[in-house]
Amino acid sequence: MSTVHPTTGKGAIRKQVQLPLSVAFRIALLNIRVRFLRALITAAGIMLGIAFFVVVRSAGLYAPPLDPNDPTIQETTTRQTWLVVMSLLMSAVGISNSMLMAVTERYKEIGTMKCLGALDSFIVKLFFLESGMLGVVASFIGFFAGWGSVFLINLARLGGAVITAVPLSVLGGLLLQAMAISILLTVIATILPAIRAAKMPPSAALRVEV
Amino acid sequence: MANGQNNQASEFVVRVRDVFKEYQVGKLTVRALDGVNLDIYRGEYLSIMGPSGSGKSTLFNMIGGLDKPTSGSVFIDDVDMAQLDPQELAFLRCHRIGYIFQTFNLIPVMTALENVTLPMVFAGVTADEARERGVELLTLVGLGGRLHHKPTELSGGQQQRVAIARALANHPSIILADEPTGNLDLKTGKEIIELLKKLNKERGVTIISATHDLKMLDISDRIVWIRDGKIERVELRSELELKVGEVEGEAG
Repeated sequence: MSTVHPTTGKGAIRKQVQLPLSVAFRIALLNIRVRFLRALITAAGIMLGIAFFVVVRSAGLYAPPLDPNDPTIQETTTRQTWLVVMSLLMSAVGISNSMLMAVTERYKEIGTMKCLGALDSFIVKLFFLESGMLGVVASFIGFFAGWGSVFLINLARLGGAVITAVPLSVLGGLLLQAMAISILLTVIATILPAIRAAKMPPSAALRVEV
Repeated sequence: MANGQNNQASEFVVRVRDVFKEYQVGKLTVRALDGVNLDIYRGEYLSIMGPSGSGKSTLFNMIGGLDKPTSGSVFIDDVDMAQLDPQELAFLRCHRIGYIFQTFNLIPVMTALENVTLPMVFAGVTADEARERGVELLTLVGLGGRLHHKPTELSGGQQQRVAIARALANHPSIILADEPTGNLDLKTGKEIIELLKKLNKERGVTIISATHDLKMLDISDRIVWIRDGKIERVELRSELELKVGEVEGEAG
């Protein structure tokens, strides 16, 4: 800001610059790294949900083909689908809850950043990036935990043949599905916390807890 | 409340005009500020004193662009803050105002240097320039050897020094200090006050401080006393000097 003079004759008020995403990314990463244990627990919820989803999906890949007309099989499939959907919803609620707590906990930090010139949109980005990163990592771990356990069980049961039983492209597709679901859920779960963080007034920085 | 001096607009960095502020508390309307007028000179050290609930914090928030008056205007560098949209307000906070808080408010996950450069990042300053200026500012406040310490690795006084360096980051017109010594022991508080005074003298930065701390009176150019949402009186230091002994006795 070369036009700005330290004591007199300041330039006109302009609109605050939009920061590149990389800046928000760096700060979000810092937040995760420093509160690693917390992040791990938040991610664990979504990770377990994804692992369950992958277990249910990949178990079918290794099992001998079932008769699709058998009514008990159909019922089991419906029940499994419900369980998967419910568990994924639960993990989304879990993420939402811990992000809301993070907002309440960091009110002073958010207020301070606003006092220093952060825009509302920057705060929103920060929270989405943070939970998005957790979502991606959790889906990776969840996928390998879920698929890995199914694979190992079948390896013990059926022997070496299972290694080539499922083509890599199918597994890759499942991984992509898991990631898509995980990112979608974390983004939806973060909408409310991010809005709340963005609405935090800068004067929150001055609040003193007694 | 302008004192008897010449009222030329440009010599005032902050002008508060007929400011009223009302809060709705349940069905009750509370009037926190009741017609406040105040002109703050460029380069002065001004303390706002008053008991809690006097409207001191409300006035302080108005000057800092953290709250909007119900009626009346607050000008910073001749800009009426009520006319600004959120992005322009963010610009103003980033470039024109430096904030110092009672609880230091460093970002806990960042080092001292990262904290000081954060406002520059928000202002779009390049990383190299921000780093250079950050090191310079931390050296200025006596923390040149602690650039990469996290806030938890610093004492209260040191944290407040980092906060002061951060407040100076974008060459602000005014520094707002909210009870800057409130969480510090007597000796450290004194050091922080001396540092603020030094910056005020050497860099010509206007310092506006809300405080209970009577040590502050000693170095303030003017003291504004607030009571019941009104300015009760404005004192020059020269008028005050006679009373300082008595005041200090009370503090000790």
